[in-house]
Amino acid sequence: MSPFLAIAKRELGSYFATPIAYIFIVVYLFLSGLFTFYLGGFFEREQADLSAFFGFHPWLYLLLVPAVSMRLWAEERKSGSIELLMTLPVTLWQAVLGKFLAAWLFVGLALSLTFPMWITVNYLGSPDNGAIITAYLASFLMAGAFLAIGSFVSAANRNQVVAFIITIALCFMLMLAGFPLVLDLFSIWLPASVTNSIANLSFLTHFQNLSKGVLELADIAFFLLVIGTWLYATTVILDLKKAE
Amino acid sequence: MIEVSKLSKSYGDFLAVDALSFQVDQGEVLGFLGPNGAGKTTSMRMLAGFVTPTAGDAYIYGHSICDDSLAARRIMGYLPEGAPLYGDMTPLKFLRFIADTRSILNHEQAAAIDSVVDTLQLGSVLQQPIDTLSKGYRRRLGLAQAIIHDPKVLILDEPTDGLDPNQKHELRKLISAISADRIILVSSHILEEVEAVCSRAMIIAQGRILIDSTPQALIKMSRWHNAVTLTFRQNSVSDQELKARAAIIAGIANVERAEINIDKQGITVSPKDGAAIIYDINQLTAALKWQPEQCHVETGNLDDVFRTITTQ
Repeated sequence: MSPFLAIAKRELGSYFATPIAYIFIVVYLFLSGLFTFYLGGFFEREQADLSAFFGFHPWLYLLLVPAVSMRLWAEERKSGSIELLMTLPVTLWQAVLGKFLAAWLFVGLALSLTFPMWITVNYLGSPDNGAIITAYLASFLMAGAFLAIGSFVSAANRNQVVAFIITIALCFMLMLAGFPLVLDLFSIWLPASVTNSIANLSFLTHFQNLSKGVLELADIAFFLLVIGTWLYATTVILDLKKAE
Repeated sequence: MIEVSKLSKSYGDFLAVDALSFQVDQGEVLGFLGPNGAGKTTSMRMLAGFVTPTAGDAYIYGHSICDDSLAARRIMGYLPEGAPLYGDMTPLKFLRFIADTRSILNHEQAAAIDSVVDTLQLGSVLQQPIDTLSKGYRRRLGLAQAIIHDPKVLILDEPTDGLDPNQKHELRKLISAISADRIILVSSHILEEVEAVCSRAMIIAQGRILIDSTPQALIKMSRWHNAVTLTFRQNSVSDQELKARAAIIAGIANVERAEINIDKQGITVSPKDGAAIIYDINQLTAALKWQPEQCHVETGNLDDVFRTITTQ
């Protein structure tokens, strides 16, 4: 087995060795159901689609994904096991990608357990299943982007609670970068071209395109690029700070 | 062979390791000694590839720790200070993980794991979460992961910390048994341990090498090396008589000085430059019919040498 897969396997196993995995999955499923039926008005809409379900995913991830990502590196640094990991014949990229992949697969597993929603909507009517698959992909990509950010923050400090809070703040900013709430902070003192670039970074804009079922390559590329960039930043910060 | 060349590490203004240079050959067991904060752990971390040196380099069988760290790490086993492990795993899963990351082939894994489990007597705890293990088991598991791939170079940062005397003895036996065809670097606070397992001892303070010698040569630097202690039967000798006898002994050639211990009714005689003075003292006590109850030669101890060197 390659070191990369060994690290991913170990990490994924560690979620299930503690109650973290089960608590996360239960809370995730409970909240996503709650949001869909009460806040999203799934039945009241009388439409055979899952937009009431996917619409709340960014908010759900904002709260739950940092709880997964906060331990990725902060825990290793706190317990000292990072010294063990980094002195094995493993490259930084293998370690960062391995851990990220485990976290992403784990959130993906939680997401896939929402399949009863999909069955329900097919039972009640005849939805556009292609659009639903695209929306699932969007949701998965967005979770990945949040995890990549969280991986960076977790690598930058050894306190999990601090990592949790900073990740929420960063994700919140990036999620709403296209909205006045965040844009107004920048538009006062930055030229319009820069403000526009910031607006283009908005997770929510790209997510909404995809979750409506519009399979746009640019939106997919955007999320993959975000993931790659933050993971690269993780390797840089780890190289600088692993021994501190 | 390990070649360390002007290896340095500074944290801001603080120079933790100051241009360390030395060589270690195959078959040597090198003991790293030094007070806390001397730079032992930092040096070992640099060799193991965890800390990036500020300047200088080291070559592990020709592989630079700066430019070819991965190859260097492949042939090295490392036990970090405090033996950090993944607490939520069981020892068996943990060892499998290490074997996977060390790219030990699947069909060789079982044999490799069995062998270290056997050597370090971990068989009874293989299925328990590591978090619930005692300090001794954790330390041994840390050692097991360090030797699972039969490394040419073994770096052990305070390996016997937290082990009971039996386990310490076992570990020393293990180190001696496997040392023939590899290089072992051991750091320790326990000087008798260095004496027991190391073929070479290095005392480091403030990031520099103060002494690079053998443990035996180090002991000879002790002012108690070849010292002789005479003890007389309780109440058989008055305090004045004791002082008088000490004065007579101090007159022997090669005697540096003779100190008395009134409570124990004893005289400790230290020689000049570690000379053997026991014969002269024996002749003297026989001639004067002092009839000491005990008479023994001190070998000197490393603690004493260590203190003298590192507090200068």
